[in-house]
Amino acid sequence: MKAFKFDWLILPLIGIAVVVLLWQISSKTWAKELPTPHKTWEASKEYVLKPFEKRGEMDQGILRFTWYSLILVAKGYAIALIVGTPIGFFLGLSKAFTKTFDPIIQVLRPVSPLAWLPLGLVLFLGAGKQASELGALFTIAICSMWPTVMNTAVGVRAVPQDYLNVAKVLKLSRWKTLTKVLIPATLPYMFTGFRLSLGIAWLVIVAAEMLTGRPGVGGFLWQEYNALLYEHIILCIITIGVVGFILDRLMSLVESRFKTA
Amino acid sequence: MPYLELKSVSKAYGANGSRTEVLRDVNLAIEQGEFVAIVGYSGAGKTTLMSILAGLIRPDTGSVTLEGRAMSGPGPDRGLVFQNYSLLPWLTVAENVRLAVDQVFPEKSEAERAAHATEFIEMVNLAPARDKRPHELSGGMRQRVSVARTLAMNPKVLLLDEPLSALDALTRANLQDEIARIRAQQKQTVVLITNDPDEAILLADRVVPLTAGPNATLGESFIVDLPHPRDRKALNHSPRFRQLRRDISQYLLQSRQDRHATITRKLTLPDIEPEDLSIPRTMLGRSRPLRSSETREATVEVAS
Repeated sequence: MKAFKFDWLILPLIGIAVVVLLWQISSKTWAKELPTPHKTWEASKEYVLKPFEKRGEMDQGILRFTWYSLILVAKGYAIALIVGTPIGFFLGLSKAFTKTFDPIIQVLRPVSPLAWLPLGLVLFLGAGKQASELGALFTIAICSMWPTVMNTAVGVRAVPQDYLNVAKVLKLSRWKTLTKVLIPATLPYMFTGFRLSLGIAWLVIVAAEMLTGRPGVGGFLWQEYNALLYEHIILCIITIGVVGFILDRLMSLVESRFKTA
Repeated sequence: MPYLELKSVSKAYGANGSRTEVLRDVNLAIEQGEFVAIVGYSGAGKTTLMSILAGLIRPDTGSVTLEGRAMSGPGPDRGLVFQNYSLLPWLTVAENVRLAVDQVFPEKSEAERAAHATEFIEMVNLAPARDKRPHELSGGMRQRVSVARTLAMNPKVLLLDEPLSALDALTRANLQDEIARIRAQQKQTVVLITNDPDEAILLADRVVPLTAGPNATLGESFIVDLPHPRDRKALNHSPRFRQLRRDISQYLLQSRQDRHATITRKLTLPDIEPEDLSIPRTMLGRSRPLRSSETREATVEVAS
């Protein structure tokens, strides 16, 4: 198709319109319980138009819920980076380390967040009130760190021998080789890992909140499902998608800055 | 006593089965201030020889001594200019040079080190490009940065590993003149490795041919008794230059003819058969016979 003026705006709008239409038809025909787009908007209006209002523990504006979720994600994600990046470096630098830990990493990597969460809750049982938050953080961190680990390891292995030879000829100390050569050379790979990790962290948050019942987008979603308010489920899904999309775009911007270096 | 000396150095690569000896019994003695060019075929082991001189790889046998002291590892006393420049792409020209200066002269003050770096950036005529990053520079400019970075370390020996081989002919001629000028200025001991006999004769005091590999070794030296500074245009008409070029080329060709060697290697033949268009397409694409890459042992006779 030939490009025309404003195609970047009009074409996506057409796409959205098609999906809304399908949604409308579905709710009128085979899925009678599915609220129509109009009903969804009517029921969600209050949450969208007063996004920061707090009416009760589980009855708050949608952006307020999003904010709680983001804080939890930020904490878990930070733990994932702090733990994952050094592991990635060790994997990239040491063959022995790789041989020792790579099998176990490959086994742990595909485990679903839904499987980790109960373990997280058990681990922090002693923490009392904090248990659900710590369990959620544990789950986010352990699920989202793998892309960072793997990409950092690949990046370290991909550092050209030439750069290492420069470090050798200059007799750079181990620390200086790390900070002046290895880390800058690995940064583009690391940021790809960071972006993928953030995507996963955001995926996990919903599962974590659903199971722990914490206030947040995911917790709200689950509560409204139990309360049979299906309109709000759709509101939550849209919010989760939009926020995830924005996070990914932001990280891409950061990533592309390091790509050119 | 020679300044830099290689004694019966040999080096082989590969596991026991397909072990190839790259260098065999290499001996070389270089005086202080001498400019020696080593000329050889591609793949003859030139870069291996240079890496041994720089200390990046250890020889299997033999020793490398500088000022009578045996050398074990790499160090800034032997400044290596890499074939592929090896500049750090995230640093600017000035920062690349500063990295070397800061490392080699930690005792100097910040201002002294900055001045020192600037001096060498100016020496290679790159002052206007000092804040650019390597990817913004041409190949010739990158190699000049690499030369500046190496010279700024004040190395006892300057090792040039085919520094101009990746450049076009005009840039190459330009940089050859620049190397000759800097050398005249710095009175440095230089070892140049090249595959171009003309370049070797133009720049060096002595040209040493490296015989064709495997089992390459250094041949007899050719003293280049042409006066400095050498002018490339005048040189083309000099009978002495032509004779040297003839002799060196002759020697290298001869060394290749004397050789009857075989190399055995494992080759992986990739699976690149074209798709058979006569087989009809299904929903899942075109069904095709199972194929896989094939590994074969191949023995090749080298340069007979």
